[in-house]
Amino acid sequence: MKLSLKEVEHIALLARLGLSEQEKERVGRQLSVILENMDVLAEVDTTDVPPTAQAFFLQNVLREDNAAPSLDPQDVLANAPARESDCFRVRPVLE
Amino acid sequence: MLDKAHTLTVYQCQELLRKREVSASELVRSSLESIRHTEPILHALVTVCEETAVKEAEAADKALGQDFPPPLTGIPMVLKDNMCTRGVRTTCSSKMLENFVPPFDSTVACKLKEAGCILVGKSNMDEFAMGSSTEHSAFFTTHNPWDLLRVPGGSSGGSAVAVAADQCQFALGSDTGGSIRQPAGFCNVVGLKPTYGRVSRYGLVAFASSLDQIGPLTKDVRDCAIIMNAIAGHDMKDSTSSAETVPDYTRDLGRDIRGMRIGVPKEYFVAGMQADVASAVDQVVLKLEGLGARVDRGASLPHTKYALAAYYIIAPSEASANLARYDGVKYGYSHKEAASVWQAIERTRQHGFGPEVKRRIMLGTHALSSGYYDAYYLKAQKVRTKIKAEFDEAWKRYDALVTPTSPTVPFRIGERLDDPLQMYLADVCTLPINIAGVPAISVPAGFCGGLPAGVQFIGRPFGEETLLRLAYAYEQASPWHEMKPALL
Repeated sequence: MKLSLKEVEHIALLARLGLSEQEKERVGRQLSVILENMDVLAEVDTTDVPPTAQAFFLQNVLREDNAAPSLDPQDVLANAPARESDCFRVRPVLE
Repeated sequence: MLDKAHTLTVYQCQELLRKREVSASELVRSSLESIRHTEPILHALVTVCEETAVKEAEAADKALGQDFPPPLTGIPMVLKDNMCTRGVRTTCSSKMLENFVPPFDSTVACKLKEAGCILVGKSNMDEFAMGSSTEHSAFFTTHNPWDLLRVPGGSSGGSAVAVAADQCQFALGSDTGGSIRQPAGFCNVVGLKPTYGRVSRYGLVAFASSLDQIGPLTKDVRDCAIIMNAIAGHDMKDSTSSAETVPDYTRDLGRDIRGMRIGVPKEYFVAGMQADVASAVDQVVLKLEGLGARVDRGASLPHTKYALAAYYIIAPSEASANLARYDGVKYGYSHKEAASVWQAIERTRQHGFGPEVKRRIMLGTHALSSGYYDAYYLKAQKVRTKIKAEFDEAWKRYDALVTPTSPTVPFRIGERLDDPLQMYLADVCTLPINIAGVPAISVPAGFCGGLPAGVQFIGRPFGEETLLRLAYAYEQASPWHEMKPALL
């Protein structure tokens, strides 16, 4: 299936991925080819077949709710692109 | 001794260290010398840990002088650059994490450190593990030591080359669709993808959480078993890790394979595959028969052909979720010029990610989006159930399956870059294994026109012992593992 420019822009918005006009055109074209090749999956009869999310059907892996030391805040902030005291600095989210 | 120490296997090093015939410092010096000598041509490593390795070697030599040093004390290792190493840059070969220094160790790094290993370098990879040639590294391409104009495979290309070129005694890679096995096959080394859940993923930068596994790349099968002993096991920090007991993976090495039931599924000999690669695998099968295995060349896994499509829906979908965290806020690349918080995030991701990563994020986002989820992601997960069921059936009849690791020998650098689909086909023999979660190992199977070809053995879940036993039996009856690239 061929993706339109609008569809490419919609996907890019969902993914919060900035794309140049050139990239949009190229990625749109490449994705269309790749998606065409995925259409072969429609051949498989999957009536009454449950989906497999991961190979060995682990469920509800829990642990005791015990507090334990976590990462040192200074270590966590060490890679911060912008930092103010013990916080990560970001642009305003609400105007 | 010093000038050849880097060519030794892990097992040989263990013996010589125990007998004090070589020191950890000599091993590390030899490894660093080998790196200095080969890196300008091969470019396998993103970071070389020279100073820390030398210091750790001194500490290792002290430990070796005491009672009961840990089993891998003094052994030089390389880790793929998507495995977090505390205090050591971990980049995933991406601009997004170019300067990221993890504040914690991955579980595998931790385990190997505790076993006494010495980190000499972090290896180059396809960015965020997305690729089959290591050409998608944002930094540089790694070259195949068997032919410098060709790719080493990917995405663990750097790790495979580090082992093949004797830059270290062993390396770790990660495998989501073939990223350990395919480069192992392309570089004439051994590469094992364990059963999903066998090795902890804590600290492995996530690509596709239901497919990713860490595994060893080694010079021979015995070394592979030794490293598996060190890294396998349940981890509280990885809720997908298995509580299955970890056996001694070296125990069955050398046990014969008489009567072992081997299936050769015809679907893996894909149309258009290189004829001499197919012959190389036929030769392996003949050898196994000679060793007493019972081979069925008519084995069939009919849904194999759907694995590529299922994988290229599932993996990018999971990747789109896993890579949503890269927003320039807490770590990594952060784009400065932006008018709003959203623009900052979009531009960070635009400039931080390379083209293949963007392609896959877009593919995955689309497959999960409203209106397409059922037709793509859900459908792929159902096909996955059928693929897995086929393997489950196979284990009733066979102890192992044998296939080519890749349909071709290593291709030329640049050859497949403009055609993503052609690139994806390099993994057509390895993808189904990740989909089903079963273990598989690639072992050298010979040379076609001077270029390495690998044979893949596939085993039942948590059946790595049988797999290693089979791989060892074949390896010991063949000359490939003792061959080194001419450039060394």
